[in-house]
Parts: sequence; structure tokens; C-alpha cells
Amino acid sequence: MTEPAIAVEDLVVHRGNRQVLFGVSCAVPAGRVTGLLGPSGGGKTTLLRAIVGVQRIRSGTVTVLGRPAGDPALRTRIGYVTQAPSVYTDLSVRDNLRYFAALTSGADRIDQVLASVGLPDRAADRVDELSGGERARVSLACALIGGPPLLVLDEPTVGLDPVLRRDLWQLFHDLADAGSTLVVSSHVMDEAARCDRLLLLREGRLYADDTPAAILRQTGAEDLEGAFLRLASEQAPR
Amino acid sequence: MNPAIALATAWRVLRQLRNDPRTIALLVAAPSGLMILLRYVYDGSPQTFDRIGLSLLGIFPLVTMFLVTSVAMLRERTTGTLERLFTTRLAKLDLLVGYALAFAVTTCVQVGVVSLIAFGWLGLDAPAGLAWVLALALASALLGMALGLLTSAFAATEFQAVQFLPAVVLPQFLLCGLLTPRSQMVDVLRWLSNVLPMSYAVEGLARVRQGVVDAVLIRDLVVVTGCIVLALALGAATLRRQTS
Repeated sequence: MTEPAIAVEDLVVHRGNRQVLFGVSCAVPAGRVTGLLGPSGGGKTTLLRAIVGVQRIRSGTVTVLGRPAGDPALRTRIGYVTQAPSVYTDLSVRDNLRYFAALTSGADRIDQVLASVGLPDRAADRVDELSGGERARVSLACALIGGPPLLVLDEPTVGLDPVLRRDLWQLFHDLADAGSTLVVSSHVMDEAARCDRLLLLREGRLYADDTPAAILRQTGAEDLEGAFLRLASEQAPR
Repeated sequence: MNPAIALATAWRVLRQLRNDPRTIALLVAAPSGLMILLRYVYDGSPQTFDRIGLSLLGIFPLVTMFLVTSVAMLRERTTGTLERLFTTRLAKLDLLVGYALAFAVTTCVQVGVVSLIAFGWLGLDAPAGLAWVLALALASALLGMALGLLTSAFAATEFQAVQFLPAVVLPQFLLCGLLTPRSQMVDVLRWLSNVLPMSYAVEGLARVRQGVVDAVLIRDLVVVTGCIVLALALGAATLRRQTS
């Protein structure tokens, strides 16, 4: 196997007085879609923030594309989509994309990117006129515009209808096939099956770091939801 | 710093303002209306109108840019766009310069319209020249922006951000020498007045009214500029790439 795109070693994070991550170690393979699954409040967002380098950490290391997380050289190579859509609601969709394109030295691929997230004819609309799901896709488009080799997406499919979710997961796999690495968080177990690899995170501890098939085989469960339940109740975290 | 990114940021901030025509109308109409009101309140006393009217050309930009910046920057902090920007190659300085450029353009429009009304119609006089008025107004605007940026770090909501206006700006207004000459204040207040930047903007405009372009006027501009740099540096320290 080639070198992982992301290597996390014994990561400990405190937020305020609360410990959020308890010595998490994992590796994210390059060119794959890795799912970060687990219940809300389990530390998923904190782990993603540590990967993109905006989270202050207590101890441990996070190596991203061969460099320490937060390294200035990584800033043109990571696309980050926060859980709440972080775009300018008082600008049009096109103006948002134009601004993020300027920040990422991205070429003028606005129409192409908008088509890929299923918003081909909304470029002229202001973001505050869009629905929640559409805003989330504008936020995703702003991360895609620079064509970064690593995409870190925090619950990008929340609130979308099943057809759109299927299309977006297809898009994620197309991007991975073209060489990008994706880390996608979700608290919906039925999305786990769409990932090449899974990280199961619960209460700040990692319960699994494997392919969906291997996790099913190992737990003997019928589906990933059952596997997760078994891992959480029976086993000590790895 | 990357000039292309700073320019893109300035353009983005201006687009946001342009998409909010009511704010633009208020930015221009409120000071214009107040200037007209002032002219007729002091109908019998043109010297008083000259004194207060010219000072207001330095105070309006400070107040408005303080408000606009503190709310805009608070939104960047609370909606997650700031965190997102800091995962890109945007440098803090790009952001600050971008905002400064956008608000400098806005101030030129604001001061331009108010000056047209005040000097062209209401008979306000600036013997030292309009260029000095614009220079001091721009410095005041950037000072307001820098103070707004700094205070936005201490506000958790837009309600709080707006409440910082009376807390930060009103004491400066009371002590800037517009209501009572600074030389007649008791020592403590005069010392306080000496360390508040608005005093220097208003003093500079008083020189403009007297038609004196001298070392004091230059010093006033330098002091205001120094305060802008200081407030921006403190404000920049509150912009963190990494947070807990």
C-alpha cells in the first residue's frame, strides 16, 4: 500500500474543560473515500478540524499529505466543508464561487462545479434565497472549485433527499477515481456502506478502522448498523 | 501577503455591501440628513455650523465604519466563514487589507456625497482645502474599521456588537473637543482626551477650518494613522488560525 494521505497518531484534544479525543490513531488511504461514522457529539468534527489544521491539539501528531496538519503548504491542497454551510448568504452563488476560486488559485470552473453538485441553474441566485440543502451544496462547491487533492467534508449530505445523496456519493467516488482523497463524516449508518473504508468514532475513541466488508466479517453482523452496535457494546476501543 | 487575494476580498466585501442597498442608503442619507438638520438648527450662527459640521465629517465615517465592520466581522466569526478562510492560503493581512480597501471606497462615496451637499449647498467652508477633509475622513473611517474589528472579538452576538458603539465611541465623542474645548477640561479629562484618537481627527479638522496647514495638522494625521495600525495589530491578534 502506498503512503496514507492522512496519518493520525495518538491524538488527544480537549475543548474547554472537556476531553473530546482520547488518543485516536488512524490512517486514511490516498485516492479513496473514507467515511468517518459515529453518533453526534462523538468527536467527528473535532477530528476533521485537527486534520485541516484549525483545531488546537493537546498531544499526538496529525500528518496530512506528508506534512504536519496546519502547515502553510497544505492550504492550497485541502478543501474543507464545515457542518453548517459556511458561505456568504448575502452574495450570489456565483460570487461565492468566484471568491473561493480566487483564494485557491482555481481556474474558472464555476459552471462545471455547479453542475457537479446539482445546481447548474442557480448561479445568479443569492444564497439566502436557497434551501438548506442547496446552501450545503454551494458550500461543497466552494471546496471543490480549486480541485484540491484532499477533501474533508463534515456531514455534506445532511438534509438532502435520497436521489441527491446518491448523486453526491457518486460524485465523491468519481473524485476519488480521479485521484483525490476524501474524508466524509456522517452519523447516518446507511451511508457507511458507500465508503471504501470506515472509521468508527464514538465518545472520542476509535472502534474500527477497516473496510466495510472486513468490519461485517469481523463482527458477524448483518449490516453496518448492527456491526457498529456490537463494536460499541462488546469491544474495547482499538 | 498576496495582493490578488486582498483585492478579491475587497471586491467580495463591496459586493456584499452592494447587495444591501438599504445599508448603503443609510450610510449616505443619514449623515447628509444630519448635516442639513445641523445647518438649520444653527441658522443664526454660521460659525457654529462650520465648527460642528466640519468635525462631523470626521466623526460620521468613524461611527459608520465601526458599526459595519464589527457586525461584518462578527458574522465572519460566527457563520464559520472565517474558519474556512483560514484553511485557505488567505493571510490575515490579506483579510485586513481587503476590508480596509472596501471601506475606503465606501467612505469616499459617503464623504463625497455629504461634502457635495455641505460645501456645495449648505455653505460649509474648508479653507485649507477639501483634500485635507477627505484625508482626515478616510483616516477616521479606517480607525472606526480597526476599532470595530478589535471589538468584534469581544462580542458574541450582533446585539453585543452594536452595544459596543456607545461604549467605545461616545466617550471619545464627549472628550474630542467638539462640545467643550479640550484646553478647558479638568486635567484628568484632558489627559484622557489626549490618548483618545478621535480628539486628533477633530483637532485636524479644526485646523482645516482655520485654513492652517501646519505641523499640528500633520501630527494629527500621523497620530490617527498610528492608532489605526495599533488597533489593527491588536485586532489581527484576535484572528486565530487555530482555536480550541
